[in-house]
Amino acid sequence: MLELTPLIPALPLAGSALIACCGRRLPGRGAYPAIATLAAGWLISAGILWQSLARGAHAPHWERSIIWAPTGDYVLRMGLALDGLGLAMLLVVTTVSLLVHIYSVGYMHGDPRYPRFFSFLQLFSASMLMLVLADNLLLLYISWELVGLSSYLLIGFWFQKPEAMRAAKKAFIVTRLGDVGLFLGLLTLFNAVGSVAFRDIFAAVETDLATTMVSFTLPLIGKVVWPLAAVAAILIFFGAMGKSAQFPLHVWLPDAMEGPTPVSALIHAATMVAAGVYLVARMYPVFHYTDHGSVALAFVAGVGTVTALMAATIGLVMNDIKRVLAYSTVSQLGYMMMGLGVGGYTAGMFHLFTHAFFKAGLFLGSGSVIHGTGTQDIREMGGLARRMPHTYRTFLLATAALAGIFPFAGFWSKDEILLDAWLHARWVFYAGLAGAVLTAFYMGRLVIKTFLGEPRRPDIHAHESPPVMTVPLWILAFLSVTAGLVNTPWGPLFHHYVSFGDAPAPPFSAGVAAAGTAAALLGLLGAFAVYRWEWVSAATLKRVFHPLYVLFANRWFVDEILYALLVKPLFAVCRAAFAFDRWVVDGLVNLAGWLGLALSRIQGWLDRWVVDGLVNLAGYTVRGTGWLLTRLQTGLAQTNVLLAFAGLAALVWLLVYR
Amino acid sequence: MIPASWAVILSALLFAIGLFGLLSRRNAIAILMCIELMLNAANINLVAFSRAVTPQELTGQVFAIFVMAIAAAEAAVGLAIVIALYRNRERIVVDEVDLLRW
Repeated sequence: MLELTPLIPALPLAGSALIACCGRRLPGRGAYPAIATLAAGWLISAGILWQSLARGAHAPHWERSIIWAPTGDYVLRMGLALDGLGLAMLLVVTTVSLLVHIYSVGYMHGDPRYPRFFSFLQLFSASMLMLVLADNLLLLYISWELVGLSSYLLIGFWFQKPEAMRAAKKAFIVTRLGDVGLFLGLLTLFNAVGSVAFRDIFAAVETDLATTMVSFTLPLIGKVVWPLAAVAAILIFFGAMGKSAQFPLHVWLPDAMEGPTPVSALIHAATMVAAGVYLVARMYPVFHYTDHGSVALAFVAGVGTVTALMAATIGLVMNDIKRVLAYSTVSQLGYMMMGLGVGGYTAGMFHLFTHAFFKAGLFLGSGSVIHGTGTQDIREMGGLARRMPHTYRTFLLATAALAGIFPFAGFWSKDEILLDAWLHARWVFYAGLAGAVLTAFYMGRLVIKTFLGEPRRPDIHAHESPPVMTVPLWILAFLSVTAGLVNTPWGPLFHHYVSFGDAPAPPFSAGVAAAGTAAALLGLLGAFAVYRWEWVSAATLKRVFHPLYVLFANRWFVDEILYALLVKPLFAVCRAAFAFDRWVVDGLVNLAGWLGLALSRIQGWLDRWVVDGLVNLAGYTVRGTGWLLTRLQTGLAQTNVLLAFAGLAALVWLLVYR
Repeated sequence: MIPASWAVILSALLFAIGLFGLLSRRNAIAILMCIELMLNAANINLVAFSRAVTPQELTGQVFAIFVMAIAAAEAAVGLAIVIALYRNRERIVVDEVDLLRW
């Protein structure tokens, strides 16, 4: 089964090319082959899991590489590798991708560019699967950029909408900003280690990367001396910040909602944002270069915490159903980074694992709502529970999982993150608790406003979506309930596959679990108090906390600050460059043109009057001479005689007197 | 005896008159007559030099007879041309006969 691993990314890649070429003539206009490739990938992943479970839950170890580019004495190898972390990611990506593919058959029904959509989806899945399986940083980087490209194509899929086009560009450029860091990190490691293979890099961390110190000056902080590993790790983390939407590069993710909803589900659950978290997990040895405190991990934890809290507060006040979910994703990604940052390697990845299922469920559920009502504004919804029972129930289950209610999936993973935070960094723990309250609150608000109460717009006749959409919802709802059970304190199966070093799972703490549950319940209670029972009206809250409301509703002004700090100077540079181009470069080019023209004029004049003149002169000379000679030919006999005698006289004169 | 130089002077005068006539007359008949003058000037020279240089032999005189015969033939051809000209143009003014021009 392990030998079939390369097929997992290869099949969707081939599918993408095939559908791009002749999608309209394939069965289901390209949808069925697309689903088949991912079903095959899922079956292979499940088979690998089954085999390893049968052998006593030992994580698989498999790798194959080929010589890619022998350059001088350095040989670049490319290959695939599979371990426990990779297997967990494979299962998440293939499951969610497969369900999204199936769901899209219903959601994209009737779209004029239907085959193209599936071609892009396939490319997206294939690049993510390749990213997960890469055995070296370079292949990972290539897949990383492919993920970025396909997300751009899919977010801007409805490119006739200007907002979609803008969102696609924003997503691409903002993540690009982080990718620069990733590439610099890659180069740093390659320069220090002389190889891009993970195995060589991790071996080097053990020996010299952690002890080689580099000193440089940072703005605001001043001169610092850090191990090379920390520098590389932080640079790599910039890439993760872009892809995984961490503050301050999270601004692209909410805008990415302009794409079709299945794409949002894919981006938010399995393919795009998971890549950043996966990257940190994959490069964890570089981040965790020493056992006692790492600058890089502290940075990860700090950024994660800030992101988690900030995004959660914004989620409180958004009115677009998909935007609430988008900020929820940003916040949960912050949670994952937080978990990784405080040393909870398994916890962070476990949260990624469970989050993928319930967030995909939530997004596909929101897609179903949008499909049924034709609006995305939750102020226009309400009372959908009766009209869309399947969507409502699955949405509710996924919400419970996200809020972290026992025993749904989110509870187990969030609890683990909080536990690790409690053990290693108390301030992160309290921030995490606050985040949990906010999460439960905004999800409660979303469910109440969307599904409960009375319909606010009587003119909207909501209808339930077709089974091709609700069946994936139910599968995801089932996984939202059960996915957490793979890593309970009593059966840490996930831990066997995904763990860093030989660290045992941290002991279960009833206190932390109680605190987490209490936070979730508190948040839900608050949501019900405000939006269902209306003990305090939302308008009053808005008035009392007006400055905070303004701050949240304007998304902490991050967009504006980034615009002022980055985009405006960039535009200024662009304008300067444009002016330079226009006046100096174009001026030089025009000058050259004018000079050429003037020279040609001179040359033309010379040609016309001197060269042509000489040629004409020859002609005129011949003609003139001829004309003169014709004067001799009078045709009169007497002239001839005269000339004959004149010649005779001349001859005589010559002979006699000379 | 008349010295040879006188005969030569007479001959030169005759020749010059013939040449002048040949070049200046417009009538074709007159031109033919001038040619006869020039031929006869030559004849006078032949005879005069024959008398002065070899009085015993009649070489010059025989040459003169030959020249006369040729002159007669020449006059026949010339007059034939003049007649052909006259038949074509009803005039025998040589100025107008310039077909050999460019």
